[in-house]
Amino acid sequence: MKSALNNLGMGAAGTLSLIVVFVVWEILCRVLDVRDIMLPLPSRIFAELWADLPWYLSHSLYTLWTTLAGFVLSVVGGVLIAVGLVGSRLFERFLYPLIIGFNSVPKVALAPLFVVWLGTGAEPKIAIAFLIAVFAIIVDTVHGLRSVPTDVTDLGKVLRGSAWDFFFKVKLPCALPSMVAGMKVAMSLALVGAIVGEFVSSQRGLGYIIMSAQGTFDTVRVFAALFILAVMGLALYGLLAWLEKKATPWRQVHGD
Amino acid sequence: MSVSAVHALNVSKQYPGARGVQALSGITADIPAGRFVSILGPSGCGKSTFLRCVAGLENITGGELQVNGSEVHGPPDGIGMVFQRDALLEWRSIRKNILLPVEFAKKRPEDYTGKVNHLLDLVGLSDFGHSYPRELSGGMRQRAAICRALVDDPNLLLMDEPFGALDAFTRDQMNFELQRIWMETRNTVLFVTHGISEAVYLGDVVMVFSPRPGRLMETITIDLPRPRPLSVRETPEFGRYTAHIRGLFEEMGLIKEGA
Repeated sequence: MKSALNNLGMGAAGTLSLIVVFVVWEILCRVLDVRDIMLPLPSRIFAELWADLPWYLSHSLYTLWTTLAGFVLSVVGGVLIAVGLVGSRLFERFLYPLIIGFNSVPKVALAPLFVVWLGTGAEPKIAIAFLIAVFAIIVDTVHGLRSVPTDVTDLGKVLRGSAWDFFFKVKLPCALPSMVAGMKVAMSLALVGAIVGEFVSSQRGLGYIIMSAQGTFDTVRVFAALFILAVMGLALYGLLAWLEKKATPWRQVHGD
Repeated sequence: MSVSAVHALNVSKQYPGARGVQALSGITADIPAGRFVSILGPSGCGKSTFLRCVAGLENITGGELQVNGSEVHGPPDGIGMVFQRDALLEWRSIRKNILLPVEFAKKRPEDYTGKVNHLLDLVGLSDFGHSYPRELSGGMRQRAAICRALVDDPNLLLMDEPFGALDAFTRDQMNFELQRIWMETRNTVLFVTHGISEAVYLGDVVMVFSPRPGRLMETITIDLPRPRPLSVRETPEFGRYTAHIRGLFEEMGLIKEGA
């Protein structure tokens, strides 16, 4: 029995744990007679999801789109800023304190401002997702670009290649593992940003479902949206982990 | 008169700052092309600094330094360099690592397929061209780094304690193989080491450096026939060279025996 459990992969083992959690939750709620408004039965949450699936899906897709848009913008913007910071002393000296200062402002607190500036469409959600996520990309990319070993830098100089070649063939691949680590953090942060944006003002998205359902004490619906959020977060993380594996094949092999 | 591969006249190097360390002082040497030169000295004697100056990675602060007849300003053309840690790129296969200098020189990698095969064969890595560095042992990685340094036929090969991180057995093996490779390529080699035996075994000439500031104490010609088997190190002739060098280090007060 023990060896059979040991042989389960991460995915299968995780699913098993999740099922156990739901079963225990269901049993406890029934035994203790917990009211739906406090903590609904898992079976009721799934029934609710199933009954209104297309409606939930359309709201999920909206949240997914603003999250991904914010994430992609944060990757593009973050990498460009990081390259500038590493490449130019002047840029670093003037911009880095600004970025750090700006990051210490809770971005959530800026959300209402963005509604004033950008309206109630997708734009303010994307902007908040971007702002929350971009710092992780900047920090990890800077770290990665600075992690090129001295010997490798010297090698680049001795080979007298162009700055372009050195950047794309040496520096960037060197930074890639750090960058992917940053992206994993940024992805979950972008999701947070998108939801915060929907909390502040929205007619669509999972954040909107949560806010409006909470207003009518429909806790089942809140949990249904939370469940989708959890699945979405996990899927996005899984996507990045898969991309990481594909992008860094040399890390999969092991020497003796 | 033919041009020296490396020509140093009164070369000195002082690091900047108020307490700037004098790393090199009055180094004068003429290294003819095709010579294997060991640069020997204890840590902190400036031997690596000298090598880095020749490579154009550091500027000299006095004197005159030429490689192949031209003043060194930044890395000269046509040099290959091997570092203490192999500096292989983990995301490139061994073959693609070896081809890096070719790509950087904007030449066509396809034209070097035969050359790479030959080099891999020369160092016994024929089966590992498509492996990643991570799959290789330390000695194999350093062999690949040597292939990379040799791929574009450098006229000057600079080696900065290339076997310093290897265990004693691998090191012996690498010494033997390096001699074999060099006897085929015959490029000028500057080989920095702090191993007396390694320096004598490999070198046509051993330049002995003294520390703080780095000075050239003595240049010793090693008159042992090649190819030298590893067992040459047990012969009396070899012993005379190492004993002489050990004597130099004792004079410097770097080796002390007894109380």
